[in-house]
Amino acid sequence: MIVKWDFAWNILPVLLKAAITTLEATALGYAMALSLGLVLAIVRRSRVRAISWTAGGIIEFVRSTPFLIQLYFLYFILPNYGLTLPAFVTGILGLGIHYSAYTSEVYRAGIEGIPQGQWEAARSLNFTKLQIYRRIIIPQAIPPIVPALGNYLVGMIKDTPILSAIAVVEIMQRAKIIGSETFRYLEPITMVGIFFLLVSLVFSAFIRKVERGVSMDRRIEKAMEIKG
Amino acid sequence: MEHIIRFSKVTKRFGDLVVLEELDFEVMAKERLVLIGSSGSGKSTILRILMTLEKPDSGFIEVEGESLWHMEKKGRIVPATEKHLRKMRKKIGMVFQHFHLFPHMTVLRNVTEAQIYVLGMSKEEARERALALLDMVGLSEKADQYPAQLSGGQKQRVAIARALAQRPQILLFDEVTSALDPELVGEVLKVLKDLAQEHEHTMLIVTHEMGFAREIADRICFLDKGRIIEKGPPSRIFTEPEMERTREFLRNYIEVSNAINGV
Repeated sequence: MIVKWDFAWNILPVLLKAAITTLEATALGYAMALSLGLVLAIVRRSRVRAISWTAGGIIEFVRSTPFLIQLYFLYFILPNYGLTLPAFVTGILGLGIHYSAYTSEVYRAGIEGIPQGQWEAARSLNFTKLQIYRRIIIPQAIPPIVPALGNYLVGMIKDTPILSAIAVVEIMQRAKIIGSETFRYLEPITMVGIFFLLVSLVFSAFIRKVERGVSMDRRIEKAMEIKG
Repeated sequence: MEHIIRFSKVTKRFGDLVVLEELDFEVMAKERLVLIGSSGSGKSTILRILMTLEKPDSGFIEVEGESLWHMEKKGRIVPATEKHLRKMRKKIGMVFQHFHLFPHMTVLRNVTEAQIYVLGMSKEEARERALALLDMVGLSEKADQYPAQLSGGQKQRVAIARALAQRPQILLFDEVTSALDPELVGEVLKVLKDLAQEHEHTMLIVTHEMGFAREIADRICFLDKGRIIEKGPPSRIFTEPEMERTREFLRNYIEVSNAINGV
């Protein structure tokens, strides 16, 4: 089979349009995974056992069941209980919830890495619990876990084709539709592969930039520059 | 003079280890009380209980006539809520052996952050006060640096400024020079001496620096195995201690420091 360049050129706009759906789902799903994961990590550290166990249970459940089943549950079963959401919204929710279980574990490791003395100093200055998390603990916990959190961004975009199972037309689904209509799969599937490769590379570069940007070394360098 | 802190039969255990045993003691307002004793004698635990970092297993503690770890609710004495603890904590500030500065904040922000978010001061007010305090500890030119750029002695002086910024009446110093290189101990002790001279805080100091203890203390408490076995003015404790255990402790100390000084 030989690549038909004009065919590839013709389907490019359609694929790019679907790529926007992929990127949107990833961006929103990732934003949700980052925030919900942080909430889960903090709730799991609650001293009230019932609360921490509930959070732990949710995390374990989500991590131990396939993403596809969770997606089906949200899309096909929740409507029976009166909650019907558009496919795209369901997809974002699914990605967000699924990945929050993983990011919460990363946050947990980050939070546990902060020395006890930081809590004690903050407490002795009479910060509230919430202020201690927000101003003392989380700002220190996040820089070291940026690479681990970033891995899940790359992981998530590669999971977006699963959304096609609930009829979200993202880039992979669009490629399959093109293939079944034209009986040519080589170009669309190859192009989708290249898309994922490029986006993953861009994401990785972005994460490295963020990692460097938030590091303590960088901040100290800046402080020295200002001084010098 | 009236007491500002009172411990009544305070017991603290860590597992099977009894760290404080039915401890009774009082601190007078504006007093400079130094706690000495070998490690594990419970000195630091007294400070940590006062700072509400450790909860006593039994007994009562009063600070300014109010119960620290308990409160009254409908005529009954119940364990303190976080709200009550926060009210009580306002009165107390602590400086730690290992400084515990916030490494992600500049020196200035270490001193302003709690002023702004705990005391509710404006950023300008907090900044002005922080710079005045940093000036007092001789570090105003380090305001824009990060803790990692400072020496141990400088870090500890920032930690003192940070604690003072919250305007506590009672200051707790927990072995504040023990983690420092010997040549940096002096600068921190000097700040403490100036502080004691120029301000009227009640100070509780745990230290192994006996010369400093003798100089700064109104009263010394010697602790052994969770009990205060001897207390009195430094002039008496250091020259004619009554208890054999105190004598032994001070003798060991003098031998060690003589060995260091080559006597």
